[in-house]
Amino acid sequence: MLATVVARLVQMAFVMFGISVLVFLIFFATPGSDPAARIAGRNASPETVEQIRHDFGFDRPLPVQYVVMMKRLFVTRDLTSFVNRGQKVIPEVLDAIPATLSLVGGAAVLWVLGSLAVGVAAAALRDTAVDRGLMILSLIGISAPVFWLGEVANLLSQSRYHDTWLFSWVPGLGYVPLSESVSGWFKALVIPWITLAVLYIGIYGRVLRANLIEAYSEDYIRTARAKGLSPTRIMLRHALRTSLLPFITMFGLDFGALVGGAALLTEVVFGINGIGRLTFHALQNLDLPVILATVIYASFFVVAANALVDVLYAVIDPRVRA
Amino acid sequence: MSPLLDVRHLRVTFTTDGGPVTAVHDVSFAVQPGEVLAVVGESGSGKSVSLLSVLGLVDRRRTVVEGEATFRGEPILGLSERALRRIRGRDIALISQDPMTALTPVHRIGDQIAEQIRAHERVSRHAARDRTVALLRDVNIPMPERAVDRYPHELSGGMRQRAVIAMALSCNPALLVADEPTTALDTTVQAQVLDMLRRLSAQHGSSVVLITHDMGVVAEMATRVAVMYAGRIVETGTVAELFDDPWHPYTWGLLDSIPPLTGPRPRRLPSIAGMPPPPGRTEPGCPFAPRCRAAMPICRLPPPEQVAGGHRALCVLDAPTRAALRPPRVAA
Ligand SMILES: Nc1ncnc2c1ncn2[C@@H]1O[C@H](COP(=O)(O)OP(=O)(O)O)[C@@H](O)[C@H]1O
Ligand SMILES: [Mg+2]
Repeated sequence: MLATVVARLVQMAFVMFGISVLVFLIFFATPGSDPAARIAGRNASPETVEQIRHDFGFDRPLPVQYVVMMKRLFVTRDLTSFVNRGQKVIPEVLDAIPATLSLVGGAAVLWVLGSLAVGVAAAALRDTAVDRGLMILSLIGISAPVFWLGEVANLLSQSRYHDTWLFSWVPGLGYVPLSESVSGWFKALVIPWITLAVLYIGIYGRVLRANLIEAYSEDYIRTARAKGLSPTRIMLRHALRTSLLPFITMFGLDFGALVGGAALLTEVVFGINGIGRLTFHALQNLDLPVILATVIYASFFVVAANALVDVLYAVIDPRVRA
Repeated sequence: MSPLLDVRHLRVTFTTDGGPVTAVHDVSFAVQPGEVLAVVGESGSGKSVSLLSVLGLVDRRRTVVEGEATFRGEPILGLSERALRRIRGRDIALISQDPMTALTPVHRIGDQIAEQIRAHERVSRHAARDRTVALLRDVNIPMPERAVDRYPHELSGGMRQRAVIAMALSCNPALLVADEPTTALDTTVQAQVLDMLRRLSAQHGSSVVLITHDMGVVAEMATRVAVMYAGRIVETGTVAELFDDPWHPYTWGLLDSIPPLTGPRPRRLPSIAGMPPPPGRTEPGCPFAPRCRAAMPICRLPPPEQVAGGHRALCVLDAPTRAALRPPRVAA
């Protein structure tokens, strides 16, 4: 078990290194494009470009350039964005991380619990009205675009019914840091959490139902029934436990992607300054240092989430541990 | 002596996409305390369905189970799931065919056995574990103290089937339903597992319904036999009756396919030519007639039941005709 964890961590470090090299090469060593000019921005003077070329070491060999870049990114943390007039990149990213983590983390709790409830209830009550109702609801949840859902939520809670008892507690749009006020953080995020979670509750609930129904046709479920176990115990200990693997795989991928910036639409709709928005603006302005920082940050979460999935696999399924 | 399990006129119909399919037609059998009843027949003849439907282990929403069945004199068909749960595992235990898939892959075998004990008896975790170790020792699993903590995939097929048998015996069931318990195992392991099953069921005082397609296993294990074909019991009687004087041509075919105990094994055992009818068949006549070497025009009518004591068969052939077609084997 411990060996699995250590092996995964080492592997993860290698993958991260590989990604940073790849990203660096794509942005700074693409033949025919001058990274110094791109960092300097569209209307920079030739002097600025020369200055940047020297600062970043673009006049030196590639490995040196890579080391200089990584040093400025992780050690001195003084990588600056010229597009944004010399703003430091790292603090900007560090500011965005808690907002995105809060948004995605809370939504993940909701969607895991919600889809477990939907999947288990639908499978247990298979072919009944409850099952059909839940499946239709999840299909609706999957089909509703998150920006539309968010706008409707805003319309109801921010303006239309803001003065009724139902929504009078809803604060204005934007993120409230947890360190500032726990209740403020919570209130600011509840509606974004639900909005972001709806899609995933729909997808995960349907996938889980399908996996559970498949599990119920397995011999070991008949064994469990022949043992005289209660339906609840059969569901939770025998069917659900063996149906969780695909669920966890999906969770790892989705969570990593969302934390890495894929929650962009939700962030925009609810005015949360997270990684998604930061990346989006950087891309619009071709702000290379920020893009570099956010891509590496995002890849870290994708890789970390996948490593976590592998560890969870080993926890859940003894056959993987071998 | 009143039978432990008495099944009468059992009929099982599945709802399928192609309409209702009757897999078991008017099946009656009884299991006496302490006996081993073998249910034998080709694959697909309805052996498993007959027993599983009595235990309520078929999909209730897609299956119609008709007829009567009593266990210890009390009706068992149509009991609520809750009431059946108290019987399953405690009074009637099931050993299924494939040990590779019968255990939940993610739990230790000891936990899976203890779970059954604790579902039926108020015993501590610790006591249940001790009993599990003892059970594993009884089924000859080496180092049972260690084996309790093994996962199914860490054991061989034979060892897993032993664990399944230990689990089935864990609450001293009055009746053990063993559905082809050795079909998936190597021949050498088969004999050991059957031996053990016979010894332990006797020791626990359990009656056994042994489902098999192997007449050799029947001869080894059973006291009585029910031969199934196309969802019907076509012949039933004691092992001696069926082996010495089989009435139904289908039984002849099954008996002829037993490999000889001594001498060289023939290259190909004689097998019954043809295929069993599809489960949706509706003609009223004898379902075996198309494959029967003694078929006559009258076989297109429903076959009469012939009875002599406990020996019954669904076939028109009378004793002289049978004797002419198949001289009785002299008991060796
Ligand atoms: N759930 C089901 N739905 C439809 N048909 C079934 C179902 N289960 C079994 N059958 C059919 O019932 C017949 C008897 O099956 P079974 O009792 O498993 O045979 P066996 O004698 O090999 O144990 C087969 O023709 C099988 O196809
Ligand atoms: Mg079967």
